[in-house]
Amino acid sequence: MIPEPKVISTTINGDEKQVLVSERDSLLEALRDRIGMTGAKEGCNNGNCGACAVIMDGRLVNSCCVMAVEADGSEVMTVEGLASREELHPLQSEFLQNAALQCGICTPGFLMSSYALLQEKPNPTEEEARFWLAGNLCRCTGYDKIIESVLTVAKG
Amino acid sequence: MQAVKYARAADIDDAIRLLAEGGDKARILAGGTDLIVQARERKRDVDLFVDVKHVAEFMSLEYDDSSGLTVGAATPLYELYGDKTVQEKYPALVDASTVIGGKAIQGRASLGGNLGNSSPAGDSLPAMIALGGIATVAGPNGSREVSVAEFCTGPGRNVLESGELIVSINFPAVSDSEGAAWQRFIPRNEMDIAVASAGTWIKLDGKVVADARIALGAVAATPLVATGAAEALIGNELTDEVISNAGDAASSIASPITDMRGSVKQRTHLAKVLTERTIRDALDRINSQ
Repeated sequence: MIPEPKVISTTINGDEKQVLVSERDSLLEALRDRIGMTGAKEGCNNGNCGACAVIMDGRLVNSCCVMAVEADGSEVMTVEGLASREELHPLQSEFLQNAALQCGICTPGFLMSSYALLQEKPNPTEEEARFWLAGNLCRCTGYDKIIESVLTVAKG
Repeated sequence: MQAVKYARAADIDDAIRLLAEGGDKARILAGGTDLIVQARERKRDVDLFVDVKHVAEFMSLEYDDSSGLTVGAATPLYELYGDKTVQEKYPALVDASTVIGGKAIQGRASLGGNLGNSSPAGDSLPAMIALGGIATVAGPNGSREVSVAEFCTGPGRNVLESGELIVSINFPAVSDSEGAAWQRFIPRNEMDIAVASAGTWIKLDGKVVADARIALGAVAATPLVATGAAEALIGNELTDEVISNAGDAASSIASPITDMRGSVKQRTHLAKVLTERTIRDALDRINSQ
């Protein structure tokens, strides 16, 4: 059997998009290569690192472990949807303020996981925040500044 | 990614038909956290994903006092452990499902996927076995029920015949005199594969154990039902000696391998320790009800 091109209809960051994908594309590949939204990053491409995390139908997922065709009819939020036109999301500002990144590859995934955490638990404990972000790996900065940033935003 | 097509099943019969038409290289797609990676890394030869997540039966999460808890084979773990009834009545499922991967995995991964993947280290398997889980399996020749305890036949292998799929998993209703728990050992705090795991369910009559089921993970080629460990409990009060006897019985059936995660000696020891700890956890849960 040969994969075919398919048009999927997916709402991405509030915009309904018709996207031509291959049946064999992951959602991550569709976002990056078909749509040109390169915020979600390919780290491990096997579900370990969380650099490709997006929110699909309200749930945090690794977009490398979702087929693009599965997103037909879904709502997807990527890191590009965090900031408004005028200003950064508080998590983005705090990550910057706190230097909670170095190379930046893991940052979009951390931001989306942190966003999902604060949606569910607006006032997480440090332990809850660390547990929630366990699926995101950073290989340069370490985790303390990231956790501090999330907790600072939660405190408001 | 290898050349793979995608089909979205409309109902159970449609899923069975698509799977049959697709032949040996067609696979049911639930959360895809194992399957998509296996297909991409060519560890599994797949040319058709049959997505069942738009079929209600595969996404169910229902409880009633007579038929118990029914969990669709593709119901995400996130929904399972987020459910108040599951938290209250089946905390052993919460124990296991909250530590399978990270949050982004749990948004997609499912009990049915964990079972179908049939890894000896599949975290939810000993919990499901301890709780007496029964899988409803459907295929071209109708549907049948298979206990989770008898489902796996080897690493990545199970009793599913060609063309069969898992629809849901049912757990019997539980009373206040029953308790269950699951634990694993990993060298990290999270995001790791079990060195060993254990699940225990006990039912008390007064202080005496009326019935029990104990299962072990990652200490053999399949999850193990520790019948001797359960028998060591039944008819007895849960004294330190009785619990220790059950731990010994559990470690006596462990037949693990040594690999990067742990040695035979460590895993055999862990079978005892985790069995004892989950017995105590299960008892604590009954006493706190």
